[in-house]
Amino acid sequence: MVYRGPYRVRVEEKDRPSIEHPNDAIVRVTRAAICGSDLHLYHGMMPDTRVGMTFGHEFVGVVDEVGPSVEHLRPGDRVMVPFNIFCGTCFYCARGMYANCHNVNPNATAVGGIYGYSHTTGGYDGAQAEYVRVPFADVGPSLLPDWMDEDDAVLLTDAVATGYFGAQLGDITEGDVVVVFGAGPVGLYAAKSAWLMGAGRVIVIDHLDYRLAKAAEFAHAETCNFTEYDDIVVHLKKITGYLGADVAIDAVGAEADGNLLQHVTAAKLKRQGGSPVALNWAIDSVRKGATISVMGAYGPIFSAIKFGDAMNKGLTLRMNQCPVKRQWPRLFEHVKAGYLKPSEIITHRIPLEHIAEGYHIFSAKLDDCIKPIIVPNAA
Amino acid sequence: MTYTPEKPALPRSIEELRATIPGWGADLDPKFRPAVPQERLDPDLSGAHWEFPERQPEKWPRERSIEHQFLTPVFGTACPPRGASGKIRRYAYAKYSEARAAHWLLLIAADRVDTVESTLRSFVSRRPDNPLTETGIRTEFTRGGLSSRVGRKRADVVHHPLDPVIVAAPWVLGAAVTYAAIRRLTRGRRGEQTTDR
Ligand SMILES: [Zn+2]
Ligand SMILES: [Zn+2]
Repeated sequence: MVYRGPYRVRVEEKDRPSIEHPNDAIVRVTRAAICGSDLHLYHGMMPDTRVGMTFGHEFVGVVDEVGPSVEHLRPGDRVMVPFNIFCGTCFYCARGMYANCHNVNPNATAVGGIYGYSHTTGGYDGAQAEYVRVPFADVGPSLLPDWMDEDDAVLLTDAVATGYFGAQLGDITEGDVVVVFGAGPVGLYAAKSAWLMGAGRVIVIDHLDYRLAKAAEFAHAETCNFTEYDDIVVHLKKITGYLGADVAIDAVGAEADGNLLQHVTAAKLKRQGGSPVALNWAIDSVRKGATISVMGAYGPIFSAIKFGDAMNKGLTLRMNQCPVKRQWPRLFEHVKAGYLKPSEIITHRIPLEHIAEGYHIFSAKLDDCIKPIIVPNAA
Repeated sequence: MTYTPEKPALPRSIEELRATIPGWGADLDPKFRPAVPQERLDPDLSGAHWEFPERQPEKWPRERSIEHQFLTPVFGTACPPRGASGKIRRYAYAKYSEARAAHWLLLIAADRVDTVESTLRSFVSRRPDNPLTETGIRTEFTRGGLSSRVGRKRADVVHHPLDPVIVAAPWVLGAAVTYAAIRRLTRGRRGEQTTDR
């Protein structure tokens, strides 16, 4: 698929990617997904999203070709690839901060490399395609364990790992009240992970009833549709004994279903699903001394955050892109043990040639869509 | 009660949670949470056999943030800058750091120019843009466009009518620019003719 402008994508023949660095691999994609953060690109909200770009950073596939210095992979290997592109040895990688790698993104220093995520993250083409170039093939990908389903694996490359990381950054201790803003894939996995870390209560906030139903069923959460309340902050205070939650996780991000104009309506109406409304709700609704974990995607342009309240309340704000590969060994154990079944949230399977329809369904939340998976023609 | 030292009671006891939720508390101890602490030296997962990687050849002057000392050893080559949008992008990268709003606003502006340029360019190519099919609008009729929205108290429905405006704007703009250019050209020619005489 290629981007043609805001709200427009199409299928196009492109040259097969080639080895550009000795440690590159070319992977034939067998499953990719559309991520909520792809919608920032689709809506034309992420700076330096160029026409002709291919999106997609959640994928699994088969190694098709390897560069001369690749030692750990061979053509034919089935691999899952974390959404982060990282070198393994820079200052940040050496400290396990794979999402913050300094050697893969010339376009910016604030963010690492991501597949198919505008030029702000390095200008790499993404995986909603038949083939994709995988840099540092000895470092990023993992062999897909044979007991693992491809549908589970593709979700582990971003959504599950990010949700789990969101709960981790919340520093949950036994019996904590955790409130999750956003019942999209990341919110659902964050809610589920909060229990693994010993939460005593998990409350999920959204405006789409079908997603909240999933949160109740899949993530055992209490749910709350914010459109039913005049003031969601007061409601959250009420149901937490006027204390507020111990931990809040923002799994919405900036304007995930909006556009420039939504900024205006969001600020005015306080009724939008997009952020920084969600983050500001988080700041207002937690107890003093709480921790807020930000997992929603935010762009480099500033957003108006209620920093004074955060300061006065003594909040701890934690955030980062998820270092996916660091999470895998533990997440594999949880999937194996049956504590997590990532593919349970998949609602749509879309052939690559219908990508425009796939984006519209996901972006406009038609047909009770939670997570669409792309199946390339080659598969 | 907030006004006493105790935390409010949980609706379900820990024992009840352990019994109903598979894996409850498996990662209660932070040492089982793989990204805690966030920073630690040598997390022994890497697989790298270099300290500083080999460098990818630079086939054209690759734009980069001026906050970088040099071009990173690996980079993407998806869409090299071209046309007027490319000029704006190169300028934004060469002139302003990531700390400057101008950097990002120029890049956003270049994106809009790119959309218009690419759309116009597509009309003289073998694969012209189709503004309708590319939006996937068909699914409004096949996947319950109305039933997914009506009576559901969705917060995002307010801005949905704006989406078509954002899609159509570059087209309208493109048409206006073309029209203005043609008028200018024809006027210029007429002007030349008069001075000749
Ligand atoms: Zn993602
Ligand atoms: Zn690195």
